[in-house]
Amino acid sequence: MADQKDLQVREKQEVTGPSEQTTAGPVFSPDVDIFETEKEIVMLADMPGVKAEDLTIDLDDNRLSIKGDVAPFEGTNEEDIVTEYEIGQYVRQFNLSEVIDQSKIEAKLEDGVLRLTLPKMEKATPRKITVKAT
Amino acid sequence: MMIRRYFGLPRWDTYPPFDEFERLRRQMDLLGDRLMDRTAGRGTGVFPMINLTEDKDAYYIRAELPGVKSDELDIQATGTTVSLSGERKIPEENNGAKYHRREREAGKFSRMVSLSTEIDSEKVDASLTNGILKVVLPKSELAKPRQITVK
Repeated sequence: MADQKDLQVREKQEVTGPSEQTTAGPVFSPDVDIFETEKEIVMLADMPGVKAEDLTIDLDDNRLSIKGDVAPFEGTNEEDIVTEYEIGQYVRQFNLSEVIDQSKIEAKLEDGVLRLTLPKMEKATPRKITVKAT
Repeated sequence: MMIRRYFGLPRWDTYPPFDEFERLRRQMDLLGDRLMDRTAGRGTGVFPMINLTEDKDAYYIRAELPGVKSDELDIQATGTTVSLSGERKIPEENNGAKYHRREREAGKFSRMVSLSTEIDSEKVDASLTNGILKVVLPKSELAKPRQITVK
């Protein structure tokens, strides 16, 4: 039996969304980890082949969308022998339940992994209202 | 042709089709896969998936390895075999993280690729950028086809 600790191969998830793509090529949904701490929501997405300048992150009315373009193979006078995976854009959208402080969003792209930090809006401190007695 | 033995390691062998034993074994493999819910990837079903291309001077292997650092990757190339192995680690997040979604996987991987021509193991070049590994394997001089001029 295969060792359970070894990584298993998984096909990339292809996306066939309602809106059509303007660029040709397949579109994939990147694997993500999402976790939340007290102060922020952090999302880590596997997007190999995407450079920082080809990455678009949008937060619009609590809908977060990430889109990454992947450059196709260079050196096209090569012949294919084995092709096990395809190259395509990475697109994924999320609805956020928390209100996010948009000015403090941080994104870091390293080794093909996007780390997106979304700080939660600080809850308004309750104001004490003093009643003046006349 | 390749046989997937039930106990894991793929082998490169020839098998006579329509052999009763093979059919039974293949059915057992499929049953085992379904029971363990292992997605059979295209090709050998071993991580990582690769794209292998060649031109007249070299072979090129490309693989998607997000989150793997170059010192966690081990590449060996001899003769006609290339092996890629390593580990993908996902760093622990402290400060009381509550996970909503956990789709990425971490773990070890090891894969061998067989080539049909000898390569020059001294001149192999590998680079890992943006999570994409590209290995350039120049074909051995002796194996390259030579142009023969007819006088």
